[in-house]
Amino acid sequence: MASYSTNEFKSGLKVMLDGDPAVIVDNEFVKPGKGQAFNRVRIRNLKTGRVIERTFKSGESMEAADVLDVEMQFLYNDGQFWHFMNPDSYEQLAADKNAVGDNAKWLKEQDVCIITLWNGVPLAVEPPNTVTLKIVETDPGVRGDTSGGGGKPATLETGAVVRVPLFVQNGEAIKVNTRTGEYVSRA
Amino acid sequence: MKAGITADWRPTTSLEVLKLRARLLERIRAFFAARGVLEVETPILSAATVTDPALSSLVSRYTGPVFPQGQTFYLHTSPESPMKRLLAAGSGPIYQISKVFRDGETGRLHNPEFTLLEWYRPGLDHHRLMDETGELVTLLLEPHYPLEPTERLSYREAFQHHVNLDPLTASINDFAAAAKAWQISRPEDQLAQNDLDTWRDLLWTHVIEPKLGQGRLTFIYDYPATQASLARIYPGDPPVAARFELYVNGIELANGFHELADPREQRARFVEQLRTRAASGLPVVTMDERLLAALEAGLPDCAGVALGFDRLVMLAQGARAIRDVIAFPFDRA
Repeated sequence: MASYSTNEFKSGLKVMLDGDPAVIVDNEFVKPGKGQAFNRVRIRNLKTGRVIERTFKSGESMEAADVLDVEMQFLYNDGQFWHFMNPDSYEQLAADKNAVGDNAKWLKEQDVCIITLWNGVPLAVEPPNTVTLKIVETDPGVRGDTSGGGGKPATLETGAVVRVPLFVQNGEAIKVNTRTGEYVSRA
Repeated sequence: MKAGITADWRPTTSLEVLKLRARLLERIRAFFAARGVLEVETPILSAATVTDPALSSLVSRYTGPVFPQGQTFYLHTSPESPMKRLLAAGSGPIYQISKVFRDGETGRLHNPEFTLLEWYRPGLDHHRLMDETGELVTLLLEPHYPLEPTERLSYREAFQHHVNLDPLTASINDFAAAAKAWQISRPEDQLAQNDLDTWRDLLWTHVIEPKLGQGRLTFIYDYPATQASLARIYPGDPPVAARFELYVNGIELANGFHELADPREQRARFVEQLRTRAASGLPVVTMDERLLAALEAGLPDCAGVALGFDRLVMLAQGARAIRDVIAFPFDRA
């Protein structure tokens, strides 16, 4: 089994933690001038989402998690599972609510997402950084108002609610940053 | 345009920080000039190096006249050995500001190449040298923010206060229980689990260190005899090492000793450290016979201290990471 030594630790590294796949969130090297070096690591369990802190003596190692990031196209949601397809092989798979989590509100048919697979099972679904979605409900803007001010809430076709400038209207498509949940521009 | 590649040529520091570095160096030199301490320079490339298992030396190679077949030279981890040779040769009080090198040390507070201020005071013990270190650091930091009165705690007191454990008498089980109470995961390998100093370092770095020197200078003195490094060991029950460290805002800033002068004891420690290195699979380095010869000739009774200059700049600037105060940190070297 492949493993990573403390020298290879960095955020984003996929490792096995107590039998579960996990990802390193943060790695700090601590060392007294005349003493033992340690790596203080914060690790997120990819199955439970819990973040824990673990300390390693420098030189120790962690088993590598056999995970794979693949790009797949989102097809549809059947109410229970989100279905994705590999655009090259047409292979399909279904991700459950645990894997999709809060990102469900950014998933639009045909968008290409990154699926993290562990033993062939989807662990996490990452939508594109920016998605284009149609506004299905927002109050009409006040006439004469331009981009300034506080904006107004708008419900998008996927159910997500974002703040948009007052001049943006019902039925328009807008670009949204999925990492921050913020309006970027009109599409 | 190759974006991302082209940005790497730039320094990570502002011009303001570079000026601060220069100003602090000027003040340090003025401080020692006023006290009659001589500035010296010693070799960065050394034929021998430290045996301390906690330090790894970077290695370079010279080939040419004198060594036609090539010869290994270590980049020094500190100028301690040649400065002691100067003291033994009668230099009187000396200081040096130099770049030093440590393999394997990169992190928020570590750059593998950094600037060290090191000085030696014949006739002083480590308590008197704490006085002088405190005066210098207060002088350098006070213009940047107010400091509470300096405090001094023994290693034992700091441990008892913050972890409620006597570090000099506690057993492996006591340390393990304390680590568990502080929710620190234990080291996995058996060697580390059976090593008292690994447990001490674990609790020290995770629980105690971050709390030391908040808004003030905190000196810690009298370390466990097993962490003596190059300090004298004062007899007692239990014996302690005549060593001190200075912390400011949770950052380890300086380390000092009442220097070991006994050549036989020094040789015994070197041999023991080389044995530990071999047992741990670390490179077995060349023992410093020239330092031992200088101790044979006679090192004056003295105390010495090394202070991390980049960390001092961090504290003066309020920087979060060492890379913010070094023009070109390791990944841009």
